[in-house]
Formats: sequence, structure tokens, C-alpha cells
Amino acid sequence: MLRPSKFVDGDEILFQQNTEAFTAATGVPVRIDIEGWEDLRPKTAVAANVGQGPDVVLAWSDDPHKFVDSCLDLTDVATYLGEKYGGWYPLAERMGTSGGRWIAMPMGASGGRICYRKSMLGELGYDTVPTDVDGFLEMNQKLHASGVPGGLALGNAVGDANAWCHWLIWAFGGAMVDENDQVIINSPDTVEALRYGKALYDTFIPGTLAWLDPANNKVYLDGQISWTQNGISIYYAAKNSPDAALQAIAEDTFHARMPIGPVGRPTERCLMVNAMAFDYTPYPNAAKAYLQFMMEHEQYDEWLNACIGYWGHPLKAYENSAIWSADPKHEQFKSVIADSQWDGYMGSVGEASAAVLSDFVMVQMVASVCAGQATPEEAAAEGERRARRYYRT
Amino acid sequence: MSCGRGRTIGWLARLFDNKTFLIFICMLPCLGLLLLFLTYPLGLGVWLAFTDTRIGRAGEFVGLFNYELLFTDRVFWMAVWWTVFYTVAATILKFGLGLWLALLLNHYVPCKSVLRAIILVPWIVPTVLSAIAFWWIYDPQFSIISYVLVDVLGWRDTYIDFLGQPWNARWSLIAANVWRGIPFVAICLLAGLQTISPSLYEAAMIDGASPWQRFWHITFPMLMPILAVVLTFSVIFTFTDFQLVYAITRGGPVNSTHLMATLAFQRAIPGGQLGEGAAIAVAMIPFLVAATFFSYFALARRKWQQGGDDD
Repeated sequence: MLRPSKFVDGDEILFQQNTEAFTAATGVPVRIDIEGWEDLRPKTAVAANVGQGPDVVLAWSDDPHKFVDSCLDLTDVATYLGEKYGGWYPLAERMGTSGGRWIAMPMGASGGRICYRKSMLGELGYDTVPTDVDGFLEMNQKLHASGVPGGLALGNAVGDANAWCHWLIWAFGGAMVDENDQVIINSPDTVEALRYGKALYDTFIPGTLAWLDPANNKVYLDGQISWTQNGISIYYAAKNSPDAALQAIAEDTFHARMPIGPVGRPTERCLMVNAMAFDYTPYPNAAKAYLQFMMEHEQYDEWLNACIGYWGHPLKAYENSAIWSADPKHEQFKSVIADSQWDGYMGSVGEASAAVLSDFVMVQMVASVCAGQATPEEAAAEGERRARRYYRT
Repeated sequence: MSCGRGRTIGWLARLFDNKTFLIFICMLPCLGLLLLFLTYPLGLGVWLAFTDTRIGRAGEFVGLFNYELLFTDRVFWMAVWWTVFYTVAATILKFGLGLWLALLLNHYVPCKSVLRAIILVPWIVPTVLSAIAFWWIYDPQFSIISYVLVDVLGWRDTYIDFLGQPWNARWSLIAANVWRGIPFVAICLLAGLQTISPSLYEAAMIDGASPWQRFWHITFPMLMPILAVVLTFSVIFTFTDFQLVYAITRGGPVNSTHLMATLAFQRAIPGGQLGEGAAIAVAMIPFLVAATFFSYFALARRKWQQGGDDD
């Protein structure tokens, strides 16, 4: 089987242990290949193309939908797990099923939450992060004025930049496409979102246009910014560091949800890992048994704990997992799958949504406005033009 | 029986005595390698550019559709413009500095061979490693240059935003490419310089030529053939650069540093649009062919320099 590389140590160790337990229980040996985040997509695609390679792939969110015809039907396993563990979240079901049949099994999702320094916000009289966008902007202007700005990535950062740019547009009611996959990004809502984004960007630490995925982690842990948006990995790294300075940062670090925009509900995005088995596998039953085994409480709960919630759970019963109450700072990550919107919102999940995502259409639309290269209107029109190329029929 | 066999051997022996046949046979493995590893991938690339192939799905022939798309694509034109600018600016700097370095090294300097070996280091280090080093040097928050200017010398108040502004990012990339490319140019030109006979300089000195006249009338013309070849190679290497840009900026900020090669990769592999990516790659061919013609032209001039006619 093939899976992406880790961002938190516990993830890989427990995944390996659980796999060994499966081998011990069933006698079926399983080899795990680990691939960098960027390379997982092409490798999966090649396997689907040539009908040879890993039997099971822990793929990125919408990837299995590109290969619907080559996916092993997992309906029986998914139904069994759903019934046993309180049901799948709607987002997990959307990502896992195609035409009423389960083609993939969501195993977890990483979501971005605001990761902030309580002491820095406290000096300005903030106890926590405001939950509305106006209050949030005001807080950032004050933070900027007092020399402890926040910062969000605007380079071509697969995880971080996509996370907040999608939140921004969705928070103001914009979306790339409607329910019928018609491109609707060039709307007054988007323009308003871009204006807000520019105002927010003006309060950031300089240089975020060049930030890639690891940048905000580094800068935050160096104490240069008061907040950023990230998975739990920053906290994990600080907490488990032998360095006293980092320990102190961990102590001072809290998590909060992204503020809610005019649409009146949370609009975060999450990055899902979606296990699929190819129908070319000579061992379909072993593949299914393996996936089921990994999702059973004895294995899954330990994995979740080892990740300290980096990959949020897709089955409702795991809400009660010990990890979410082990540390109050974990709790914000409990509802990642329950609350996030899917890539390609409001349209279908598939090739076009994946292509728009990997061409950074949303991110670059926001970045071009922040950089002052385009007005919000121009950027929205350009985003529409680029998205249409992928959503053509 | 034996007579027939002898005739067969005689026929084979005659065949192998035939020079044309022998040349053909000896070239066959080489031809096979060329076809398999050069012609086939190139042909496949050109063919893909005419299809709408995506990763994981075979495509259909769509004619010039991909090129029509690219023609109206601002990102593509920006990449073309930037690739040309990057190549021209980096090449001029590399040759200016490389030639200077070669001239210095050609004179007497202590520990000459050690120095020459050291100069090759930037070229030997794997590109990705040096790219990552530059990525740190250009980091918006942790840059050593910013640190020295702001925190040590106090010449500036703010950190330099190397990769966040389009022009800063562009010049930063050019600087990294020049740093990497100088050794190749310097070492090749040094080899050229050493083939120039000292007696020419002695004769010129007897005639009272100044150092500048000696450079302009002896060194430069004698160096011309090798200069042209190195120039062609350098242009091709720079034009098709990928690693530096991909590792340092990923084409950002907002696509302003996408080279044609990085854009082709971005569209074809992570984006899954193999056909379109191939079309971008194929669009590089005319530029490279032009560079190759330039080299032919320069080689022809070499003949003229040696007393023949230009072809």
C-alpha cells in the first residue's frame, strides 16, 4: 500500500504498528510505501493508468473520483463501519461515495485552525480570537500596530494557502462553481471577499507572498508572529520539543476557529486522506479486510491518539475518543470533518475540481489582489477565465 | 555439402567486408538508443500536445486546441517572456563574470590548481541542494543577508522581501542561476585560453600592443569558436532550467517567476492536464532550435577564421 509522508511522528509509527497487528492476526503481509505529499497524486494516477502497483492507496481527498472505474467497491465494509461507529459524517460520505457506491474510505482529515499566542492577544485586551470577520480584522490592525502581526501563506502552498483562501471566499458567499458545475467565481461576493483579504493582508508580517507550507510553522515557532492558521502540527512540535523556549510557546499557544463571514456559518476547508483499493488487486478481500481492520476501534483510536488529532476522524463515534479531551487545546480539531466544506464546493468532486485546486486558481486570485497586481474585479474575472478552462466539457 | 557451406560463409564474409554494411551494423545499437531514448519521448511529447490526455485517462486528438488555449493564456505569455528574460540576463552575467574569472585564472596565481578545483564547486553541488541554500538565504524572515543588513550593520530598518515582490524574486533567481553557471563558463573558457599560442602575445608585445589590444585582437577572436559553443550550451541549460525556480519560488509570487519548464510541469503533473503541459514543453522547441542554429552559424565562422569560406 501507498501513503503520504507524516507531519507528526506518531502518525507513521502507529500506522506501521497497526499494520503489523493486521499481519499477526490474519497472516497477510502488507508492505507500506511512503511518498511525499506532492508525489502522491502522480503515483496514484500512474497506478490507475497502467493497472499495476499498490493494491491500496491512501489518496488525497478527491483523487479516487478520478478513477471511479478502477476502484474496488467498498460499500459492504463502509456500511458495516458506519453502522458500528455511529455513521459517517456527511463530508466523509460525499468524498467516499460515487453514484451511491463507496469507492473510497475516508480515514481522516487535517483542518486548519487559528493557532495563536494568548499572551500577545491578551496585551491588546483580547481573551480569544473574535468570531466575526470585522472584529477579526480590527484585532489584526491592532496587532499590526503593536508590532506582533499575524501571517498566512500566499505562495503556492498546497495546504496552508489553499486552506485560508478557500475559507475567505466561502465566508463571503463566493464559490468556484454552483451545484451544476457552472463557474460562478466572478461574483460581487468574491469581490467583497477579495477586498477583505487585501485589508487583512495589509496587517500581515511582510513576505507572506513567498511563504510555502513550512514557512508559517517556522516563523510562529520563532516567535515572530502572534497567530497563523495551521493543523495541530505547530503545537505538536512545540510541545514535544526539548527546548524550553518552545515549551513556553506551546504553553502560550491556543487554537480557535476561523471567524465566520456574512454567510453565517463556518467555511473552513480540510485536507482528507481517502483510502482506496484498485480493482486490479489480486487480493480484494484482503484489501477490504485490511481497511476495515485499520478503522476498527482498537487500531483507529490509537492512531488518532498518536497523531494527537492531526488527521480528524470521519466516523461519528470517535468524537468520544480520549484524545479530544486529553488536552483542551486538542478540542478545536475535533470537528474538522463535521464542519468543513469540500474542495470544489458547491459543485461535484472530480477531475475539474482537482485540477483547479492544483493549479492554485483560488490562491493566486487572492494573492494577486494582496500583491496589488490586480484589482478585486480583475482578479475575479481572471479566476473565472482560468476555472472555465478546467470546467469545460 | 561442404561446397554449399563454404559459399554461405563466403557470402557472409563478403557482406562483412562491405564497408557500408559494416558502418551500418556498427551504428545500429547507437541508432536504437537514439530512437528509444530521444526520438520516441520527443515524438510522444509532440503527439500528446495535440491531444487532451489527462493523467489516468487516454486522450483524443484535438488538433491545435491546446495551443489555442495557451495563446489566450496570460500566465503562459508571462512565462514565455520571463523565460527569455531570465535566459538573456543570466547568460550575459554568466559570460561577463565567467570570462573575467577565466582571464584571471589564466594568469599566474598561487595555488592555481586548488583554486580551479574550488571554482567548480557550485557546479558540482546538486542543484536542489544549492537551491535550498538559496531558499534560506532569500527567506523573508530568516535571511542571512537581511540579518546582516538590519541586525548587524543597521543599514536598513526592514527585512528585504526577496521572494515576495515579482522583481525582487526575479533578480534573486537570476543571481542564483549565475552563481551556479559561472564555473561551467569559466572552466570551458579557461581551456580555450590555454590553447592560444603564447607566441602570438609575444609578437604583439614586440609590436607594442596594449593589454586591451592584445585581448581584443588576439584573445577574443581566438576564443570565439569555443565561446560560441559554450554560449549555446549555456543558453540551452538556462532556458530549460527547472530545479532552481521550482525549489525556490514554485513559480510564485502569483506566477511571476514561472519558467516554461516549471509551468509545463505544474499543468501536466500536479494539474493532471498532460496534453496542455506537453504543448507548453513543445513551445520551447523553437527557441532551442534557434539556439542550435546559432551554434552552427558560429561553427561556420570558425572555418572562416581558419582561412576557409563561410558556408
